[in-house]
Amino acid sequence: MRANFILSEVWIGLRRNLTMTIAVIVTVAVGMAMLGVGFLISAQVSTMKDYWFDKVEVSVFLCTKNTSIPACKGKEASPDQTEALKTKLEGLPEVKQVHFEDQAMAYENFRKTAVDKTLLDVTKPEDMPTSFRVQLKDPELFQPVIDAVTGQPGVSSIKNQKELLNDFFGMLDALRTAAFVLAGFVVIASILLIANTVRLSAFNRRRETGIMRLVGASNLYIQLPFVMEGMISGLIGGVFAAVMLILAKVFVFEEFQKYLAIGSQLEWETVAWVIVWTLGIGVLICILSSFVTLRRYLRV
Amino acid sequence: MIHFDNVTKVYANQNRPALDHVSVDIDKSEFVFLVGPSGSGKSTFLRLILKEERPNSGAIHVAGKDLARLSNFKVPSLRRRIGCVFQDFRLLPNKNVYENVAFALEVIGKPRRFIRKVVPEVIELVGLEGKAHRMPEELSGGEQQRVAMARAFVNRPMILLADEPTGNIDPATSIGIMKVLDRINRTGTTVVMATHDAAIVDSMRKRVVELEDGKIVRDQSRGVYGQAY
Repeated sequence: MRANFILSEVWIGLRRNLTMTIAVIVTVAVGMAMLGVGFLISAQVSTMKDYWFDKVEVSVFLCTKNTSIPACKGKEASPDQTEALKTKLEGLPEVKQVHFEDQAMAYENFRKTAVDKTLLDVTKPEDMPTSFRVQLKDPELFQPVIDAVTGQPGVSSIKNQKELLNDFFGMLDALRTAAFVLAGFVVIASILLIANTVRLSAFNRRRETGIMRLVGASNLYIQLPFVMEGMISGLIGGVFAAVMLILAKVFVFEEFQKYLAIGSQLEWETVAWVIVWTLGIGVLICILSSFVTLRRYLRV
Repeated sequence: MIHFDNVTKVYANQNRPALDHVSVDIDKSEFVFLVGPSGSGKSTFLRLILKEERPNSGAIHVAGKDLARLSNFKVPSLRRRIGCVFQDFRLLPNKNVYENVAFALEVIGKPRRFIRKVVPEVIELVGLEGKAHRMPEELSGGEQQRVAMARAFVNRPMILLADEPTGNIDPATSIGIMKVLDRINRTGTTVVMATHDAAIVDSMRKRVVELEDGKIVRDQSRGVYGQAY
């Protein structure tokens, strides 16, 4: 009885305010989709970080005959220098493993990954640099390693892959922040819209609520249909947001992973969690904003 | 049943009190007319009983409850014991007679079985048998007021407040309305009726409380509307 009655009131309310209801649904959908995209980017970045930071190396390139860096003075790093560097690197507490790559191995790697055929043709093993590939225990602690070998005899240059990755992740972080900021604005818009819808709805139903007050209906009974209206709009908006997030996963994140994030898939489980959270947040926002507005317009 | 003790009510932004040190006692199953010109405080009196307004000073007891000490969330249960009828009927235009009456029970969560049983009874009591499925717009003013009375009475309140119930109704039809109020009164319900209608007050010969500028100027059992004093 109670449920039946309240549901029919809710249905009447939603239908009477159809345009506003649609506006609420659309804003909630967009707002929650943005929020969800923000969460998905976060999740993607963190799985990618987990994956890549394990493989991040500091490369210490050694002087070869063809190195044009002045510090090398055109001379190849001597076996003594190489050995000294290796010992030094292995002695550092931050270092997990040191791996020496000679010209032959470097050439082999280059051949495997090179796309440009002419470049491959003109490159000879002697052109390749020799290097130490230093794996770190903690990819954040690269500075001591770089400091230790900078300017040492036989060292031509040092490349920290982490810096490259940081630029890339920084861009993704900015994207995520943008998504959150946008979501914030849209959420504000939807809160205002919901407030307005509830106000209209309260005005439309002032006869009913007046009588309800008079015959002694409890506050819950009077307010519940309004709050449920907000909740249902929020729920429908949330479902649309969920659809958008699934589409984003299939058409954006999976495409993106093909090129950049091999080995760091965004799992469907993560998407499901994000959908649950955004749906919950959307519904909560709707309920709270209807409730707060009601306290102002529906004096009991 | 209703007890006003030195009650004063001044509305915000007004200097003159709407009720000025009013003390009155209305017993169980009494029928009281509240008379007086517009602005004399009749509606304020009724609103105070419902706790729609709070007095600035003085104490009000309704059905044994001190309204000043009644917390806000208990106000609905107070109002369930009080039925209300107005000059403008206040029916829901998109619901028929039955639904209008049933609405009062639905919104306080009464079970469907109970509603199915009591609504036809009360529709019959107000003399609308056979018209349960009419819409309000298909009814005359007198019939609409009967629907309003059925709605006010369906939960068997201890008190029925009527604010100018015959104000929009022609004299002949008003008699029928008064008969229904009298019938309700006979079931033991206290009836307080604010009115301008001298003919009705004179014909009923019930207690009359007259207000003027917020003061009680006359309280007479078996009184008439106007009296030389």
